[in-house]
Amino acid sequence: MTQQPAHKDGHCSCHSGDESPMHPRPYRVLEVSRELSDTFSMSLTPEDGSSVIFEPGQFNMLYVFGVGEVPISISGDPSNRSVLVHTTRAVGSVSAALNEMKPGATVGVRGPYGSAWPLEPAVGMDLVFVAGGIGMAPLRPAIYQAMAERHKYGNIAVLYGARTPEDILFAKELQRWRSRFDIDVQVTVDRATGHWPGRVGLVTNLVALSGFDPDNAVAYTCGPEVMMRHVVNALHDRGVPYDRVYLSMERNMKCAVGFCGHCQWGNQFVCRDGPVFRYDKIVDALNTREL
Amino acid sequence: MASEQIKAKDSAEGVKKPSLPVGTKVVVEANALEALIAALLKSGYKPIGPKVRDGAIVYEPLTNASELPVGLSDDQDGGRYRIVEGTQGSFFEYLVGPYGWRRYLFPQKQKMWAANRTDKGLDIEPAEKDIPSYAFIGVRSCELEAIKIQDKVFGYGRESHPEKGIFSDPGYVARRSKALIVAVNCMRAGKTCFCSSMGGDPHMKEGQGFDLVLSELGAGQQNHRFVVEIGSERGAAVVERLSYHNAQISDFDAVKAQAEKARAQMGRKMVPNVKELLARNLRHERWDEVGKRCLSCGNCTMVCPTCFCTTVEEKTDLVGNHHERWRAWDSCFALDFSYIHGGVIRRESRSRYRQWMTHKLSNWHDQFGSSGCTGCGRCITWCPVGIDITEEARAISESDGAVSQKQD
Repeated sequence: MTQQPAHKDGHCSCHSGDESPMHPRPYRVLEVSRELSDTFSMSLTPEDGSSVIFEPGQFNMLYVFGVGEVPISISGDPSNRSVLVHTTRAVGSVSAALNEMKPGATVGVRGPYGSAWPLEPAVGMDLVFVAGGIGMAPLRPAIYQAMAERHKYGNIAVLYGARTPEDILFAKELQRWRSRFDIDVQVTVDRATGHWPGRVGLVTNLVALSGFDPDNAVAYTCGPEVMMRHVVNALHDRGVPYDRVYLSMERNMKCAVGFCGHCQWGNQFVCRDGPVFRYDKIVDALNTREL
Repeated sequence: MASEQIKAKDSAEGVKKPSLPVGTKVVVEANALEALIAALLKSGYKPIGPKVRDGAIVYEPLTNASELPVGLSDDQDGGRYRIVEGTQGSFFEYLVGPYGWRRYLFPQKQKMWAANRTDKGLDIEPAEKDIPSYAFIGVRSCELEAIKIQDKVFGYGRESHPEKGIFSDPGYVARRSKALIVAVNCMRAGKTCFCSSMGGDPHMKEGQGFDLVLSELGAGQQNHRFVVEIGSERGAAVVERLSYHNAQISDFDAVKAQAEKARAQMGRKMVPNVKELLARNLRHERWDEVGKRCLSCGNCTMVCPTCFCTTVEEKTDLVGNHHERWRAWDSCFALDFSYIHGGVIRRESRSRYRQWMTHKLSNWHDQFGSSGCTGCGRCITWCPVGIDITEEARAISESDGAVSQKQD
């Protein structure tokens, strides 16, 4: 893998040499908050008082006693060393059980795992974040980090598409960012409901409209695969080359440590080589059906 | 980790330093297998070796030599396995059966850990405490290569780098460190064997990683014997408990002739450069064709000695205070293997067969630095419809670049 090295000091402090990488560590639930009809955020803190260290784009395996374990991307602020935030949809048995948890309950956590959104190669350049639906969750830590180091970058564009106005994730935060003068936030919905006065259409349309400089921009995209394929093409049409586009993949995972084989995608393990990939390295894989 | 492995290796045998140097070849009588098994048991090993069960030769715990498949051989071909009469008195004329050694190093079902609900939250206890010292009797060259391939997956003999996502499985590493490998050179090769074209050989090479390797000579004759090559100090310590004499030139010649005969019998052959061939033919029309024949039963993944995919199972007591997490072999042919919210990624048989075959022969090189196939031929023998991995590769090779009408 020649991908941008994702891990710096402190990654995965949970595993010493002899301990099984399959053992979760207990974290206490601080808060479970509803984001959308089927989407919630969960704030956790390590029971042993250790620091929360991760890089934007990484994920954890969350374990609910007696129910099971699922990979969930980290959606919180990487500068917050005491609170770990995940945002997900309650669609399976484990995520539904997480959704039901009350403050004070214990959740098992393994991680963080996987590659990160590489912001380092974008210093001095424009940043373009393109998210679809729940895909905003794994991108948010990178946006936080970029905002915290605002002076390092040129223009920052956050382009977001949701199915309906009711499906806009982190709407208040998007509004807050939009009120700033140093970031371009654009939101569109596939289908307008109620009194939606905003833009209607695909998120790819926003790529064509946004004022970033394609010759000097790095793009980060996360959402359904079909959306990401179109986003990559729209970025390419604007002149952003494939080697300056990063995307995050989702695959079935049972272990996150390269043992279970489920997340294989061509010659890659999404848990280890991903979930964040540079597009030019996975063009064939992304365009091969049922790989 | 490295020092621990060495410690574990020493602990099974212990006592005095053996006097037979590594690389020595000695001869023992055929009936020495009884003494060998007794010596292993006495040294604290748990011998595992060939036995007949349910019409096949499988690897199970042994207590004495009478349990071995004496005088039996097998007849294997695509979708066919039969035990047949072999040379009278022979021990190892049979070839590999449905079992690989992975079921001992990497059990089919394994408890990962247990968790107890306490007043404070969760208390997680590790599962594996008593790791047995296995002695594997009858490991073939292709099988030892398969063990070494799984070593790379589970982290035996390499460092773990959690910061790069490279982890070790402590249970596997512990079992592997303690295991003694009493290998056997193949007396013959079968119709489904193709180790020669996967870079292997029916006879072991010096330094291949065995503790001992036996060459069975003169089966059915007066001078029925084994040439024993010592591959490690642990192996030497076992041989010193047997009665042996020096090997003669004639013994070496007989072993050499046996190897040549087995090489010539190799029933199948993998096409060259198969890694690159498959990598550039992901859209080949042959996947459609083999997808129609493949039943997606997963037999090939169950008999393959290198397959490592697993799923997890949750077990909870009725009260809900005790919970166990188990790991079990899984198969990439299972429909839900690739399930993510919204659907299954590999819906068609062609996609699942392509995943399995390209993983074994192509992607494995990128992931672990070697092929995932050793040419043991099990997937050919145990496929209920006789799909032959060497034939599939050849078909693609003969129409390299032919693209399926199914658009990707």
